[in-house]
Amino acid sequence: MREQVGGAMAGGEPSDARARPAAERLPSPSVRRLLLPKWHTMRNRARKSDAKEGWRWLIVIAIGLLFWGFSMAVLVRVLTYFRGTPEIGLLLAGKLLGLVFLSFFAILLLSNVITALSSFFLARDLHMLAAAPVDWLQLYMAKLLETLIHSSWMVALMSLPILSAYGYVYEGGVGFVLVALAASIPYFVIPAAVGSAITLILVNVFPARRTRDLLSVVAVLAAGALVMLFRLLRPERLVRPDGVRSLVDFVAMLQTPTSPYLPSEWAQRAVMGSLTGETPLLPLYLLWTTAAVIVVAGALLHRSLYDAGFSKAQESAHRASRKGALAAIAYRMLAPLGALRRELVMKETRVFFRDTTQWSQLILLAVLLVVYVFNVKLLPMSSEGVTFFLVNVVPFLNLGIAGFVLSAIAARFIFPGVSIEGRTLWLLKSSPLPMGALLWSKYWTGTLPLLALALIIVGVTNALLGVGVFIFVVSLCSIVVLTFALASMALGLGAVFPRYESENAAQIPTSFGGLVFMLTSVVLVAGVVLLEARPVYAYLRARTFGEPIEASEMIVGFALAFVLCAIATVVPLRVARNKLNALEV
Amino acid sequence: MITLRSLTKRYGPFTAVDSIDLEVAKGELFGFLGPNGAGKTTTLRMIAGILRPTAGSVEVGGVNIAEHPAAAKAKLGFIPDRPFIYDKLTGAEFLRFVAGLYEQSGATVEKRMDELLSLFDLSEWKDELVESYSHGMRQKLIISSAFLHRPEVVVVDEPMVGLDPKAARILKDLFREYTRRGNTIMMSTHTLEVAESLCDRIGIIQGGRIRALGTMDELAQHTEDGVRGGSLEALFLRLTGERASRELVEVLDA
Repeated sequence: MREQVGGAMAGGEPSDARARPAAERLPSPSVRRLLLPKWHTMRNRARKSDAKEGWRWLIVIAIGLLFWGFSMAVLVRVLTYFRGTPEIGLLLAGKLLGLVFLSFFAILLLSNVITALSSFFLARDLHMLAAAPVDWLQLYMAKLLETLIHSSWMVALMSLPILSAYGYVYEGGVGFVLVALAASIPYFVIPAAVGSAITLILVNVFPARRTRDLLSVVAVLAAGALVMLFRLLRPERLVRPDGVRSLVDFVAMLQTPTSPYLPSEWAQRAVMGSLTGETPLLPLYLLWTTAAVIVVAGALLHRSLYDAGFSKAQESAHRASRKGALAAIAYRMLAPLGALRRELVMKETRVFFRDTTQWSQLILLAVLLVVYVFNVKLLPMSSEGVTFFLVNVVPFLNLGIAGFVLSAIAARFIFPGVSIEGRTLWLLKSSPLPMGALLWSKYWTGTLPLLALALIIVGVTNALLGVGVFIFVVSLCSIVVLTFALASMALGLGAVFPRYESENAAQIPTSFGGLVFMLTSVVLVAGVVLLEARPVYAYLRARTFGEPIEASEMIVGFALAFVLCAIATVVPLRVARNKLNALEV
Repeated sequence: MITLRSLTKRYGPFTAVDSIDLEVAKGELFGFLGPNGAGKTTTLRMIAGILRPTAGSVEVGGVNIAEHPAAAKAKLGFIPDRPFIYDKLTGAEFLRFVAGLYEQSGATVEKRMDELLSLFDLSEWKDELVESYSHGMRQKLIISSAFLHRPEVVVVDEPMVGLDPKAARILKDLFREYTRRGNTIMMSTHTLEVAESLCDRIGIIQGGRIRALGTMDELAQHTEDGVRGGSLEALFLRLTGERASRELVEVLDA
């Protein structure tokens, strides 16, 4: 099934102005006009927001400022230390900035490739623009700017405290600000133009919707590989004295540019140059000329390939038969649940595993798990001087970290559960389906895999650490009740703060509600660890010093932790059910 | 089968539906007409139990939907104006899912599903993901899902949108047969010919209030400001927007 798009962009009319009759002047909206609806949407959303929305923004801004302040403070401390180190201090600061710019450049490139797919090929406004007499260059520039802003704003915000710290410690002044700004603009433009060009080529090779699937897997694999590589390299060894062979080698390594042909290196040289009193003309010249050449090349590529690519992007996913033996087995296994619950569970599972943007996140999860277990394995628990007390306390504290990891996973996979029903709520609400049954299916399809993961994390790490039976049992029981509670809170708060209009499930956890969930889950995990700390300490003290165990203290501590988790399990689900019952579509 | 009593829906200061009283009998095909924003969709959504009335009540088959939502909704099938469904399910899986919502499954459902899919020429597509369906195919799938559990009442919002002439004809025949067998259909439409040829009674709504109600003959006799109804189009325009259509000529001439 194909949908053809009319208008100049589908190849119906020559886009070259020379082909037009001389007397006729065709209308062509400017870049500003093409972007105006985006600006108006943002402005109207801000105007429509009520006091509640205002508070949400205030909280988000406050947390952002805290993060900024914290990052800047840490960096100022590090840079001040570097500045006080003669000879290699400045080299180290430059190297650090180069690494930051290089990482940001990689992130920007990946982010631009993914964003360009939406803005150039899948955005809702494209059909209207395709049918309008829009000049190819205006469209390219408007969409490039849109891609640039969408994919770069977060990196730009993260760069601010970093650059501010450099300016502050090395007393940069106005010149530094101007150079940083002059270096930043082409530094952001280059990955946007390159990313858009890569997407343009990919869409011409694969259909856009296939490309989106492909890119989401590639992005997750790339991110996972980076995390894994970074961790497996064990960078902590570099700070050990035996890690450096000679000072001369070390200085030589610092002086060698990491990536001399990359814009990240030029940006670093420009910024560091302005801080050391040099005139950073060459790096700025390289940045600006490269940006200009790449934008022009991107525009030419756009002129030759965009019409064909856009037309191809309208093709739907290929037809594929969906008869599976697995489904038949699942149907038989779920039969005892009854028709309603079985269909709900089947629907949840199918929708998840057929959406590449959803299941591909499991790759990242697997990486996270491997890194986590790897970190635990590296702990020197069998070294000399490590007591029985320490061997058992560390796994108990590990419970807190495992709880936090599970919260993050619940935020990604369970929190969006209610929001993703937004477009189909008409069906669920007009049927006799009790909202409790809907929540039931979402709760169990989310909780059971989370529970399996929780047991693996805690079980494997405890086994690696060689903990005693008591702590093993306590941590396993605790993680089980915590998992039930965390899943319930994720689902419940997801229903209280829904994002029904969101088309991408991956964006839902980054909403205000997602933040509230993460904060409350941290409080819950901390609460359980604190409540259990006393009985665990009492037990370990008794074992270490041969004192009698106080049963009452242990019962009260564990009972309170259990009650806390039980409340955190029951209340959010009830609140969610009431919220869904009262919901109007 | 459908009883609306003083049904009202307000959004802040704006009244979308203003104290509507209406009775739709068993076996009746009732047409709901009105310009955009008149309150048709809001009324239908309140009947389907998706929206809660600000005041008044809705009864489906004698069951109050606010008091016994599950019992009332079990008698009802709803077809919305926009066909949003799960893109990642196949047509057959979607229909099985809908049957499950009504606690139905097994051979009876499979047989009924095959009949409905074949009726709308979707049999070949039943194992394809919904994301590859066109707008019209999605609409046909939703229509099939609304009839799957054999509801006593079907509420339809703009049934003909996106349908090809053949499917539109099938749907008209289906509606006629369905009501002939004692079931009830309440539909909104902008296609006056469809309303004229299909509906037993028609209600014209504007500004949230029913302005005219009756059979085609009764509407033809309808008088307002001393002017008789005449054709449905003439009455509709006079009640809802005759001035606008006159202004149109002025705009085009300007």
